[in-house]
Amino acid sequence: MKNTLVLLISTLFLLLSGSVLAQGPEGVEMADVMRSNGKIYVVVAVVAIVFAVITVYLISIDRKLRKLEKES
Amino acid sequence: MKRHWWKALGVIIIFYTIIQGFLGEVPHYFILNETIRNMYFHVTMWFAMIILMLASVVYSVKHLSSGTRISDLRAKELALTGVVLAIAGLLTGSLWAKYTWGAFWVNDAKLNGAAVTFLIYLAYFILRNSVEDQQKKGRLAAVYNIFAFVMMIVFLGILPRMTDSLHPGNGGNPGFDQYDLDAQMQMVFRPAVIGWTLIAVWITTLKIRYHQLLWKKEDVKDEQL
Repeated sequence: MKNTLVLLISTLFLLLSGSVLAQGPEGVEMADVMRSNGKIYVVVAVVAIVFAVITVYLISIDRKLRKLEKES
Repeated sequence: MKRHWWKALGVIIIFYTIIQGFLGEVPHYFILNETIRNMYFHVTMWFAMIILMLASVVYSVKHLSSGTRISDLRAKELALTGVVLAIAGLLTGSLWAKYTWGAFWVNDAKLNGAAVTFLIYLAYFILRNSVEDQQKKGRLAAVYNIFAFVMMIVFLGILPRMTDSLHPGNGGNPGFDQYDLDAQMQMVFRPAVIGWTLIAVWITTLKIRYHQLLWKKEDVKDEQL
């Protein structure tokens, strides 16, 4: 379980650093203003946290089930 | 640990699609604007649902040939998670439609097809719950499930292509594949489908294991009687 967590977190950081570096040239419309303010990252972080919480919840249900399966 | 790698893979893929889905480059189109990113979140719900329904049908066929209770349970739980994905797909699609097509619900072949699909699968669960006998329930549900899957393919995959539809790829509208920058989007979209499918399967396995535990409990009770 711990190994998976370490793997997850390190991969996430890898992906994050990759996407920061991969920012293309500016000048075209769309949400560039929001991005230049840097605030889009806040939204990304919020969604990522929401999904992380769901994942942790799923893992906890998985563990509880495994415990019950071992008992019975 | 070896058995759980696919769960971690699903989670990693979803994180990747969340980050890359918001920050990655996307083609610029009028009306769609940034909402094209919904491809990664709304469309994936439907793709994952179709994959789950297909798996459900496979277990239904298995149930018809083997008659085992577990294959019936798997078919049922896969379809149930599929319906949950369909609810997410309907809600997100409705919101997206409001800001691109102008209304929460437009009279579009694919939209109505999606609604009919949803109802067809609701009927699957009503049918299941209305039969008491375990064996009969399993067989009836399996046969209906095959019918439901075929209807879903007709309503989501065939009929929208034969009439006009606002959805890309239907009724003369070009699919997203035809836009040049799309290769970049596919790099996020395809993994996203796999990721959400894995998460959905994970949730389904949790439900299946829960029901198996319930069976064990019932068996113990029966032995005590």
